[in-house]
Amino acid sequence: MGTRARPGVRVGAGTGYVTVDLAETPLRELNAGLHAVDGDGPRRWRVLNPRGAHAVAAGIDAEIEVDVDGHVGYYCAGMNKRAVVRVHGNCGTGAAENIMSGAVVVDGNASQSAGATGRGGMLVIRGNAAARCGISMKGVDIVVRGSVGHVSGFMAQKGRLVICGDAGDALGDSIYEAQIYVRGKVAGLGADCIEKELDDRCRGELRELLERAGIDDCEPEDFRRYGSARRLYNFQVDDAGPD
Amino acid sequence: MCGIAGLFSKSTDLNEGLGSHLGEMLLQLSDRGPDSAGVAFYRDPAPAGACKVSLLEPAPGYDWEGMRDALADAFGAGEPEVRASHAVLVVEAEATEAETWLRERYPELRVMSAGQTIEIYKEEGSPRRFVERFALADMQGSHALGHTRMATESRVTTEHSHPFSTGLDLCLVHNGSLSNHNRLRIKLRREGIEFQTDNDSEVAAGYLTYRLREGASLEQALEGCLEDLDGFYTFAVGTADGFAVLRDPIACKPAVMAETDDWVAMASEYRAIAVLPGAEEAAVWEPEPGRVYVWERARVT
Amino acid sequence: MTEFDTLGKARDERERRASQRGWRPGLRESALFDRNVIHEIQRAAREGIYDIRGFGAKRAVPHFDDLLFLGASMSRYPLEGYRERCDTDVVLGDRHASRPLHLDIPITIAGMSFGALSGPAKEALGRGASQAGTSTTTGDGGMTAEEREHSSVLVYQLLPSRYGMNPDDLRRADAIEIVVGQGAKPGGGGVLLGQKISDRVAEMRDLPKGIDQRSACRHPDWTGPDDLEIKIHELREITDWEKPIFVKIGATRPYFDTALAVKAGADVVVLDGMQGGTAATQEVFIEHVGIPTLAAVRPAVDALQDLDMHRRVQLVVSGGIRSGADVAKVLALGADAASIGVAAIVALGDNSPAHEEGYAEIATSAGYYDDWHEGRDPAGISTQDDDLAARFDPELGGRRLANYLHTMVLEAQTIARACGKSHLHNLEPEDLVAVSVEAAAMARVPLAGTSWIPGAGTAVNS
Repeated sequence: MGTRARPGVRVGAGTGYVTVDLAETPLRELNAGLHAVDGDGPRRWRVLNPRGAHAVAAGIDAEIEVDVDGHVGYYCAGMNKRAVVRVHGNCGTGAAENIMSGAVVVDGNASQSAGATGRGGMLVIRGNAAARCGISMKGVDIVVRGSVGHVSGFMAQKGRLVICGDAGDALGDSIYEAQIYVRGKVAGLGADCIEKELDDRCRGELRELLERAGIDDCEPEDFRRYGSARRLYNFQVDDAGPD
Repeated sequence: MCGIAGLFSKSTDLNEGLGSHLGEMLLQLSDRGPDSAGVAFYRDPAPAGACKVSLLEPAPGYDWEGMRDALADAFGAGEPEVRASHAVLVVEAEATEAETWLRERYPELRVMSAGQTIEIYKEEGSPRRFVERFALADMQGSHALGHTRMATESRVTTEHSHPFSTGLDLCLVHNGSLSNHNRLRIKLRREGIEFQTDNDSEVAAGYLTYRLREGASLEQALEGCLEDLDGFYTFAVGTADGFAVLRDPIACKPAVMAETDDWVAMASEYRAIAVLPGAEEAAVWEPEPGRVYVWERARVT
Repeated sequence: MTEFDTLGKARDERERRASQRGWRPGLRESALFDRNVIHEIQRAAREGIYDIRGFGAKRAVPHFDDLLFLGASMSRYPLEGYRERCDTDVVLGDRHASRPLHLDIPITIAGMSFGALSGPAKEALGRGASQAGTSTTTGDGGMTAEEREHSSVLVYQLLPSRYGMNPDDLRRADAIEIVVGQGAKPGGGGVLLGQKISDRVAEMRDLPKGIDQRSACRHPDWTGPDDLEIKIHELREITDWEKPIFVKIGATRPYFDTALAVKAGADVVVLDGMQGGTAATQEVFIEHVGIPTLAAVRPAVDALQDLDMHRRVQLVVSGGIRSGADVAKVLALGADAASIGVAAIVALGDNSPAHEEGYAEIATSAGYYDDWHEGRDPAGISTQDDDLAARFDPELGGRRLANYLHTMVLEAQTIARACGKSHLHNLEPEDLVAVSVEAAAMARVPLAGTSWIPGAGTAVNS
């Protein structure tokens, strides 16, 4: 990044700290800067005035921390690798979509498809998430302090989805091997999703997830576990009689 | 597909700047709706016994004064307020009388809306061009709906643009795509509802008109949408006293609501709400799928 | 008589009858309930589930064979082969991307997944395409290292399933293709049956081994062109605006879909007609949903022209492209390039008589084989079985594909030179006539020997 003066970008002298004001700097410059971080690059970034911009901090692949002050639009921190992105506000559709590793923490609420197709790392939503939270998840861990909307965990393949509040209708529809934990009420279960036993291993797993998510006011014992009945795994083919 | 926006003022200060704010919202929604734009404003109520009509005539240099004089001879009419290709007049008659008369005497004019307070303006072309041509920054009012269009299966014309009038002081904007509108249009035509276009949103508007005409309340008519309409939609409906919002049960199309002490707003993307004064401190939430929300001056549900 | 005698007599009777099956004078087959239909009804009665297969639509629908070129005559003069140029290069994706694709030939290899195809088959496609100076495309399983290594130009698909999707592959790709649908099944998601979910496939797709994979039919994080625009923007941001973004659609409403793809920001539109192949889907989808490629091209070109985007947003057409003649015709109708799927794997050796013994073992025959979903391909192409796949020589396969591509280009050049064109892109609709009313109406070219274009002047947009 260097210390070239550019409107809206302030580099903290000697601290490796960068502030980017999206009211003055184009989003392209912010993301280009985040993508260009190398071994010596600034480790800590602050983004001001996102005002619902889309793809803020998308595509990072570096061990950096990004704090976003305000509400963001769609696909914030999309395909994130290694970075820790904190949104001090709400997120639009697809927050942390396809996250590979690292973490994304949302102080406010997340709109639809939060953590969609995520393959690793962790997404924490302190508020509520809307419909399709964790849709098609492939290894990410998602922890929601609030509630989630309908069809959450749809076709969830791998990973853990922890919901401290309530879950909407059709939870875990067509779920594969992901695990869902819910503390509050479940409005309804989706196709092939059933309640499963919460044993010691699960409680240990939950405890670890809640701790990593920084949630200390929910007890593993209060959760129920949901997963696949595995009846949709193969096509049902009959064999009625001779040719 | 499209962008939709709604802004409902809770303070007189905001009334003054309503047009300016709605214009800013539309600009934020122009990426998702580049083809055309439209607004419905609720302002300047016509006196009792009179009605207000908005009329469209795309040909430049139309003789609005001449038409107004004829209208004044028949019923009594105020001066036309002309904005680009539209004009708004107060007519001293019931709305249906005025509309019938206009249809017979001035068939070249399209009646965009009728009622006590509503004014609908819409035109093909970019939202930026629309905001400038219709001088939205000058407009005040108590509440307004706006729409930016990305045409899916019908053409880009002014008639195909939203908002669609669905009755006196009523209008509809739609983001999404219906799948059973063609058969429904035929059924509604048999019930006497008229259509100008092959647009799916116009069918939704016609459906609401029909249900309301048959005695349903706005809530009942919107709940009827959940049964009778197939497809994906976020609807916003403008009423004399406020507006309503409904998302289909699958709810793939976006909708964001926000509220402060001064306003209630609705938009397809948060960045359209971010331009409003005090947006940073607003309460922000998403309407749930399959649930009718109504905001009106006298009540809230 | 004992029970065995009864059974034996019954079997003998069956065999006697079987030896007499087939037509002889006096037997009349129904056009509606022919042997294939009867077989399918009885299969459905036995199994209680739809038939799944690979390949594309097999029934006859109007296609490019119904179009003919008007070669040189008194009013038009041909170009000499070899001496006089007929160029074939094409640039894809120069609308927004800083690194558009420069291809030597206007024929690309369509998306086919590793999973649907074996590793060696994917490698062969990469080798052949690279030798010919064109691109390959990944499929519903993600990008393999072999394919990236062997393809000089690789287009990376973003599908509803997002199997294997990751930003590293996005950045390693030369272009990104957002799949809205494909011609074989517009509105359907990917299908891969358990017998092809090998360890490696399962790991790449994050699925349990041996399940019957059925992908979602809609994207998980956007629905509609207005939200697609935002998704395209995100992909550009992640890849720093370097890569062209393609949008692939199955042919249903090509006019509107092309216009919407352009409005959403696509650099290239890929249009796949109903004849387009698949590794596996329901037979009813393949044969009864989607419109013929011939019917889809003109509306898509119209949409581009109406938006003043023809040649600025490129159009790639696939679905039943088999020869240089098909390529030339699709270019003449206004496309910028053609794409091949089924033809490419046939070139590799699929359905070759050389494998007849293997086909007989799985109750089929060369020229008929379409049960690609079963993964028992004796050619080693549409299988995940290591032993079968080992039979396939990727180097030889690559050479064969390059030969085939080269042949198609020569054929197209032959035609173009005969029409007096120094570049394949200068072929135009006026170089064509039709020999059927349907083809004339769909392609909007006159019936040969007449000036009649059926339906000309009526509103076409759809």
